[in-house]
Formats: sequence, structure tokens, C-alpha cells
Amino acid sequence: MSAEAYSVVTPSGTAKRVAMALVIAYALITLIPLVWIVLTSFKSPPDSIRYPPALVFTPTLEGYCNLFTVRTRQTAEFIEGMGPPQGVCDEITRSRNMVIAGASNYWPRFWNSVVIAFGSTFLATLLGTLAAYGFSRFRVPLKDDLLFFILSTRMMPPIAVAIPIYLMYRELGLSDTRLGMILLYTAVNVSLATWLLKGFIDEIPREYEEAAMIDGYSRLQAFVRVVLPQATTGIAATAIFCLIFAWNEYAFAVLLTSGAAQTAPPFIPTIIGEGGMDWPAVAAGTTIFLVPILVFTILLRRHLLRGITFGAVRK
Amino acid sequence: MDRAARATPAGVAQRVRGLSDRAIAWLFIAPTIVLLLAINIFPLIWAIRLSFTNYRANRPNAEVEGVGIRNYVRVLTDPDIWMSFQITAQFVFWTILLQTVIGFGLAYLIDRKFRGHAFWTTIILIPMMLSPAVVGNFWRLIFQPQIGPFSYIVSALTGIPPAEIDMLSTVATAPWAIVIVDTWMWTPYVMLICLAGLRSIPDDIYEAAEVDRASAWRQFWSITVPMALPFIMLAVLFRGIENFKMFDMVVLLTGGGPGSVTEVASITLKREAFEGWRTGYSSAFAIILFVAVFGLANIYVKALNRVKSR
Repeated sequence: MSAEAYSVVTPSGTAKRVAMALVIAYALITLIPLVWIVLTSFKSPPDSIRYPPALVFTPTLEGYCNLFTVRTRQTAEFIEGMGPPQGVCDEITRSRNMVIAGASNYWPRFWNSVVIAFGSTFLATLLGTLAAYGFSRFRVPLKDDLLFFILSTRMMPPIAVAIPIYLMYRELGLSDTRLGMILLYTAVNVSLATWLLKGFIDEIPREYEEAAMIDGYSRLQAFVRVVLPQATTGIAATAIFCLIFAWNEYAFAVLLTSGAAQTAPPFIPTIIGEGGMDWPAVAAGTTIFLVPILVFTILLRRHLLRGITFGAVRK
Repeated sequence: MDRAARATPAGVAQRVRGLSDRAIAWLFIAPTIVLLLAINIFPLIWAIRLSFTNYRANRPNAEVEGVGIRNYVRVLTDPDIWMSFQITAQFVFWTILLQTVIGFGLAYLIDRKFRGHAFWTTIILIPMMLSPAVVGNFWRLIFQPQIGPFSYIVSALTGIPPAEIDMLSTVATAPWAIVIVDTWMWTPYVMLICLAGLRSIPDDIYEAAEVDRASAWRQFWSITVPMALPFIMLAVLFRGIENFKMFDMVVLLTGGGPGSVTEVASITLKREAFEGWRTGYSSAFAIILFVAVFGLANIYVKALNRVKSR
């Protein structure tokens, strides 16, 4: 505290330097696990479980190769008789006395994540935009109760929701289908979308629409041609938040999907190699899975605060 | 814009124009409400009905009998369930305490506005955006004795040999392992909200305090903390609700173990519902969890309104 003894309003040079050093130290510590994931993805399986942990190692693409392939062990004679290796992965696999037997499930699971995340984000943002406009501009009976009801659906523990959903989906044939997961994630995200977008639309002056309506626009035309363009940033930020939730979700995915519609989060922890976890492959799968989120975090950084507080804090 | 408006066919325009504001309001809100009724409320009512029966989802053809409130009585008198509530409460308490202290401290430091603070803030925010399941899974390698870096860092600080630092399989340390990962992941969340709180304090209040020669220490406790308090409370409530529901990260880190020392309520519920298939019983447990979270949600909305009314 003594560092700020002179002025809180304009921190002294020393105060700034101390603050900077501490914040950078925290940031670097917080990055260690993430750096470790990326480093591990470039290690060979023996290097990944070496002790003490290897900081210096020969980088290899083995983890990425193992992530995307299924391999079987073969005798050295068999491999020698196979002809020249095709590509890096083939070569690495053969050096372990194995041959590539086919593609792994990682890509289909990743694609499920893409389809389900984008599908549910589109629906949740669409429904949320309409509902938010309705709540923002019109006198709706029991408005506060309805808004609270919408928010409260998000408060339910996922496992508790999953019990009846599991039974309902079994009856309807929606178990382990992409459609089922899209509907479920839409329902979870629509509360966030409605609350966030209501905040964004509240900030657009009503006068714009009123002026347009005086010019002969109908209410719907004013909504489509005046309000929507003004709300583009808010809609985009909301969509990214929905996307991140659906992308990261695990509890529903692990309970309600097992094969055809399984997403990447329940799949990645099941990647195993011979005699234990194939950590480089897990790390490779994790890295590929996290990169889109890093990009979105940077895109979103100005709206993060609003998104994580359901629009309660705006700035 | 005007041209586009006129381009709409006259008939359609007439009909659309005919919609009253009231009709539009309901047309816009209804799809969301219908979806939530179908995917949230209908299943909830189903779960309430099941909670009064002995239904088992793995025996759909067995006869279902009503058992009255017996499931509720059994849940509330089951020592395992009380244990899981206690474990959840301790988890919530320690994660929130650590995240609030570290998060507020970080926000205070970042608010010194040193050069490059925006860049470092973005770096610090990364963990909270990631999938708790996928990252939690990877922390298992980080916590491995000897193989993972964690045991070496702790060993360097304490002198305990790295082979003996087995966070996840030791009864005494496993709860702390999940607290550490949760704190790593969610401190940025609290930090971000606290930062908004600190930035909402007008400079002239500090200037007035300077004129009155209030010490920095005094200014911190009588201006900074009280003015930022609604924001801190908001962060605490959000984290409280989220961690009360905690499932994914803990499942992948410890699976509730060793034994059941990290078995938070959601894991117990999952075990009863999807491994023991006691659907009626676990529905009763789920309803009790709902009610508990709803209590928290109400507190949250009150706090939210108080923050907004400022």
C-alpha cells in the first residue's frame, strides 16, 4: 500500500512499476498450464511422461498423428515389405513398429462440435434477438417475471436437467442426435441471449424507430431496417458467447451422447494409447480444440464483462 | 433504405402493417417461451412426478409405484448426500474466497493503468474462456507426481521430494487440487467484474479525500472497497451459483475421489441417476438441488437490482 501513499488518482511511477511486475508475474504463472499443453502436443509419448519433466526435447508431430489415426502393431518384417512410407505420420508410425489402420474418431467428434455449436448459436441468437426486442420495446404483462423465468432456467444444475431430458429424448428418438443437442443448447443459451440482447437493444434510442415509423415504416420494417443494423455488434458478441458455451459444454454431452452426436469435450479424455494415456495425442486434441476459443476471446475482449454477467454490468 | 421499404409488395406491407404492437410483442417472445417450456419446464414437471415414484430408467417396463414423499425423506436423511453437500459447500467457500481476494487484488493492480495493462489483462482472461472439462482433463498430467510440472514447482518451494506430491490421489490434498484448478480458471472472472467496479468510482471522490489528507490506506478501505462492493458481491453470487453446480472439471480431475472426498453434489446425483439408475430417488435429489439454487438465484436478482439502482 505504501507505494500509493502519494496519490491514488494518478499512481506514482513506483506504484505503476510494482503493479506491472505483479500483474505480469501472475499472467506468466497462469500461462504455464497452457504452455504445457502446447509443449506436450509436440512431444513423443516417452518424452511426455519423462521425469523430471522435459523442457528441452526433440519436437515431433507424433501426438497429432496419433490423434487423427488408429494404429496396429506389426512385425518389423511386415513393415519393411510395405514399400516407401506415405507422409510424415506414416513414417513416424512405422518407426514405432506400427501401421496406420484408419482414421480416428477425433475429426467426426470435432465436426459434431462445430455443427452443434453453430446450429444452437444461430437458433439461440435468432430467438434471443426477437424476444429481447419484444421485452425491450413493448409493455408485456408480467415482464419482470418472464425475464426472471428465462434467467432462472440457466440456474438449474445440468445433471438435474439431464435426468428428465434423457427420458424425454429416449421417447422422442432424440438421444445421441445432433438435433437433440442443438435444441438443448439453444434452450440453455436463449436465456443468455435474451438478457444480453435486451441490454444492447435498450441502448438503441427509440427515437430512431419512431422517426422511421413516422416516415411510413411499419413496426416490423423499422425493426429489420433500423434496429437490427444498430444492434449488429451486440448480436455478434452475444453469438460468440453462445458459441463458446456450446463449444465448451461437457455435462449434457457426456450424459446424452455416446457416438453419432458426441462432441469433442467428452471424447478428448477418452483418447488412450498403449499402456496408458497418450498424453501427446490428448494435448494435440486439446490444442486444436482451444485455438478457436483463443481467437474468439481476443475478438470479444471489449464485450467480455457484459457477457459473463448476463448484461448486469455494462461498460 | 427508403427504396427498400417501398420495394415490399403492397399486399404484404398492408398485412404486416396490420399487426398491432401487442401481436408483434407476443410473436417475438412466444418462440423463446415455448422452447423453454418444452426443454426446461416440461422435463422439470416430469421430474417432479417421477420424484414421487420408484421408477428406474433402466427398467422402463417394470411396474411403477407411487411412494409418496419417501424419496425426499430418504434423500434428506442420507448421510452420503449430506456429505456431498458439505463437500460442495467447502469447495464453494474456498474457491470464492481465493478468487475474490486474488481477483480483487489483480483488478486493483491493473487499475494502476501501467503501460501495457490492456494486453496483460487479455492474457489473464484466457483460462476462463476454455472448456473446464478439456482443460481439467489435462491438469491430471500437470498434477502427476514426478511427471507433471506441478510437483516440481511445489518441491522447489517446500523441499518435499516431487515423488511424494501426489495432489489428486491423496485424501488431504485432492480437495485443494480442485480448488487450485478452479481458482486458476475463474479468478479472471472475478477480476474482470471487480475492474469494472473500480473503474466506476469517480476520480473526484479520491481528489476530495486527498484534500482532506486521508491516507492511502484509509482511502482504500473507506472509498475503494465500499464503492466496489456491489460488483464484488455480484461476482461472488455468480461464482457461487456456478460452483454449486460444479460437475465437469471435478469429474475429469478426480471423478469424486480418492474415495469420495471430492464428490460434490452434482457427481453424487450423476452416480445415483446414471449409474445406480434410481431415477425416482435421484429426481427427488435433483428437485432439492433446484430449490437450493433457486434460493441463490433470488438473492442474486436482489443484488442485481441493488447494483442497478445505484
